[in-house]
Amino acid sequence: MSVGVLRTRLRNGLEVRLKEIHTAPLISSWVWYRVGSRNERPGITGVSHLVEHMQFKGTPRFPAGILDKAISRDGGYWNAMTWLDWTAYYETMPAGSIDLALRLEADRMVRSLFDVGEFESERTVVVSERQGDENEPTFRLAEEVQAAAFRVHPYDHEVIGHMADLETMTREDLFHHYHTYYVPGNAVLAIAGDFQSRPMLARIRELFGNLPSRRRAPGPPIPAEPEQRGEKRVVVEGPGETPYLDIAYHVPGGAHDDFFALSVLDSALAGASSLNLFGVGISNKTSRLYRALVERELAASVGGGLAATIDPYLYSIQATVRPDHTPEQTLQAYDDEVARLLDHPVSAEEVAKAIKQARALFAYGSESITNQAFWLGYSEIFADYAWFESYLERITRVTPAEVHAAALKYLIPSNRVVGIYRPSGDRAHA
Amino acid sequence: MPEPRPGFPKLDIRSLPGPETIRRRVLPNGLTILARENFSSPSVILTGSLMVGALDESPARGGLADLTASGLMRGTASRTFEKIYESIESLGAGLSFGAGTHSTSFRGKSLAEDLRVLLVLAAEVLRSPTFPKSQMARLRAEKLTALSIRDQDTGSVAQLTFDELLYGDHPYSLPSDGSRETVSSLTADAARAFHRHTYGPRGMLLAVVGAVRADDALDAVEVAFGDWRNPKQPTQPGIPPVAGLPRIVRRDRSLPGKSQSDVVIGGIGPSRYDPDYLTAALANSILGRFGLMGRLGDVVRASAGLAYSVASSLSGGPGPGPWQVMAGVAPANVERAIDLIRQEIRRFVEGGVSSQELRDNQANFIGRLPLQMESNEGVAAALVNMERFRLGLDFYQRYPDLVASITREQVLATSRRFLEPDLMAIAVAGPAGAEG
Repeated sequence: MSVGVLRTRLRNGLEVRLKEIHTAPLISSWVWYRVGSRNERPGITGVSHLVEHMQFKGTPRFPAGILDKAISRDGGYWNAMTWLDWTAYYETMPAGSIDLALRLEADRMVRSLFDVGEFESERTVVVSERQGDENEPTFRLAEEVQAAAFRVHPYDHEVIGHMADLETMTREDLFHHYHTYYVPGNAVLAIAGDFQSRPMLARIRELFGNLPSRRRAPGPPIPAEPEQRGEKRVVVEGPGETPYLDIAYHVPGGAHDDFFALSVLDSALAGASSLNLFGVGISNKTSRLYRALVERELAASVGGGLAATIDPYLYSIQATVRPDHTPEQTLQAYDDEVARLLDHPVSAEEVAKAIKQARALFAYGSESITNQAFWLGYSEIFADYAWFESYLERITRVTPAEVHAAALKYLIPSNRVVGIYRPSGDRAHA
Repeated sequence: MPEPRPGFPKLDIRSLPGPETIRRRVLPNGLTILARENFSSPSVILTGSLMVGALDESPARGGLADLTASGLMRGTASRTFEKIYESIESLGAGLSFGAGTHSTSFRGKSLAEDLRVLLVLAAEVLRSPTFPKSQMARLRAEKLTALSIRDQDTGSVAQLTFDELLYGDHPYSLPSDGSRETVSSLTADAARAFHRHTYGPRGMLLAVVGAVRADDALDAVEVAFGDWRNPKQPTQPGIPPVAGLPRIVRRDRSLPGKSQSDVVIGGIGPSRYDPDYLTAALANSILGRFGLMGRLGDVVRASAGLAYSVASSLSGGPGPGPWQVMAGVAPANVERAIDLIRQEIRRFVEGGVSSQELRDNQANFIGRLPLQMESNEGVAAALVNMERFRLGLDFYQRYPDLVASITREQVLATSRRFLEPDLMAIAVAGPAGAEG
C-alpha cells in the first residue's frame, strides 16, 4: 500500500515516484541510476564515481560552473553519491525553484559533454580524493576486507576504484559507461515535498518524456559470489599507533526476509544503526559488544554496519582496539561474546528495545524532506517503496527466535573475513 | 516588516522563527529557556549550552573541561553508567555533552512522548554527577586513543599547527581536547572539582523544539532546573586581546606513510559580536563556499584539478576565531596549491567582488533559510544563536533585509580589514618532509 505516493512509468521507461509533503516550503528531487561499482569490471573500477563527477562538468545548455551557482543562488542544495548499486543526484530547493533542478537533470541524463580537458582535471581531483581516503587506516583495512570477501562478485572493490584504474581510464571508458547506463529505462525520478502531484507529473512528462527510450544495453552478467568455505584473515600494516578490527560477515540483500531479523540483531549486538542518510544515530553503550569490549577495556569504541543492497553484501563490526591490547586479544573477547549470543538468544526485552529504537530513528528521519525523498528512490533500487512503508511493521514482527536463527546462520567463522590493522607505531615529528 | 528587495527569493517571513512563535522564559537562577513547536514529526530536540569551557582550565590541565563534560553521563548520585544509558537507549533517545573553548554544549533527541525522561536525565547529570573513578579512568583511556588518532590525522594536525602559529600565547592556540601529555594527568577528582567550581545555571541556555506544546516545554524545563543554584559559579574570564601576525609564518608537520597533505592558510577573523560579522560571512561565502566552494573551488579544484576539497571558513564565536582556507592535496602539489590560494586571496582583497557575485550570494543566504529551518535541529540552533549572541528573537525575520543591504564596498572593506595576504599563518601536514 502506498498511501499518498504517486507511482508511474513514462513511455520511455523512466520510473517516477511523487510524494506530497506540505510541512515546509521545500522540494527534494532525486534521480537514481541503477549503476554503481557493482557494474564495474577490472580495469575500469571507479568508473561509476568518475562519471558522477563528470555529470557536474556541463552540458551544452548548462555549461560547467553554471549549474552550481544557479542552484546556490536560489538557496538550494545539491550533491550526488555513488555507491555499490546506484548513483544518485539530488537537489533540495525552495519549492518555487524546483523547475531548475528538473530541467538540469533531464538535460544531463543524455547530454553531458565529457570534455577531455575537464576529464583530465577531474581525474586529478578523484586521485586526490582517493589519497585522502588512504590517509585513514580504517579505509585501508575495509578495502582489504572487501577484497577478501568477494573473489567473484564485483562488490570486491571500493566505490572509488583502484588507483591504477583511476590513472589509466580514458574519457571513452567513461563515456561508454554513461551511454550504457544513463537511460530513462534505468532510472528512478523520486520527488518529495511541497507540490501538487498532477501538475508536477505533467511537467515531468514535458521535460523527461521525450528523452530517447534507448534500452539499456545488457551489461556483463553479474556473477553470484560462491559460498565462503572457511574463515579468511587479512592483515594491513600502516602508519599510526592505533590498531583496528574489521569483522565482516556475508549477509543477504535488503529485500531478503532475514534483513529485518539482522537489523534487530545488529541493534542488540552493536547498537541501532541509523538507516537514514542524514542526521545522526544514537549511542550504543548498552549494546552487548560495548559491554564486552569497551567496558572491559579491550576497545575504545565498537560499532556495526548493515546496508540494504541488491546482492548479498557484508554485515561488519568495527572496533578501535585500545593500545594496551593486541587485536588478537580483542578478537578473542569478541568471539566469546558472539558465542554467548549463540548460547543465550537475545531476550524479548532486547527485541522490544530494538523496535523502539527503530521507531525513534524512523521519526527522526522523517523530519527532513530530503531524507523522505531519499527513501522514495533508494527503496526502489533494492526492493520497492512498499519495503520502506512496511519497514516499521516488519521490524515490529521480528521475534527473538528469528533473531537467534539469523545469528546461528550468519555469525559463524566460516562466513566471515577478519581484518586486522597493525600500526607501525611511527610518531609524528615536526 | 519590509519586504525583501526585488530579485531575491521571497520568503514567508512569518514561517521563520520569530517573537510570535518562540516562547522564552528567564528563570531567577539565570537559565534562559526557549521553545518552539513543530508537530510535523513526532520527535523533539533539546539543546543548549553552559558558560564553562576550556578557557576555565589551566593550560597544564588541557582537556579538563572536555573530560568533565564527557564524564557527566558516567554516573550520578542515584544512577550508574549502565542505568543512565539504559534509560535513554531503550527509548531510542540520545543525550550527549561536549566542551569547546568558551562553552559546554549538549544535545538530546527523543520521541516527543519521552521528552520528560530526557529532561530529568539532563538535569540529573548536570547537577549531581559523581565521576566514578573507574569510569573516569576508562574514559580517559578512550580520550587518549582518540588523541592518538587525532595526532595521526593530517587535517587535524594541520589545524592544530595553524592555531598555534596564528594565536601564539593566546588561549585560542590550544586545542579544547588537550594533548596526550595533559590528558594523561587528569583524574576523576580533578573533573569533580572542576564541575563543582564552574558548572551552574547562570548564563545557561536551553532550547526545546518539536512536537510538544511550547508552554509545557517551558514548565517542564523549569521543574527540572528551576531550583539549581551554584554560588561558586565564577564569571568566565574575559578573552585576552589577540596580537596579529608580523609576517607570513609557516610550519610543516611530517606524518610518514600518509598519502595526502592537508593545508590550512588564513588569519584572524571577526567575532560574532563584530558589526561586520555578517558582511564577513558573505565575503567568506564568495571566497570559498558558494556553489562548489566559491572562487577557491573554481580555481584550485575545477581549473587546476589540484584538490578534492578546498573551502574557506569563518568561525565567529564569542571571540575572534580564524578566517581560514583548508585544502586536501596530493603531496606533490602542496606548493602550487598554496600559491594559488594566496593569489586568490590577494585578488580578493585587491579587486573585491562583482555585483553579480554579491547578488548571487545574498540570494543564497536568504533563499537557504527554509532549508536551514527544516529540521528541529536547525530551528534549535537558530534559537540558541539568537539568544547567545543577543541578536534579538526577530533576527531571522530581519535577516533578509540585513543581507540585502550589504554593499560591494562593505564586502571589500571588511575583507581588507581581516584578510592580509602577507600576514598569514600557513600550516601543512602530510607525508613530505619539513620545508618551512
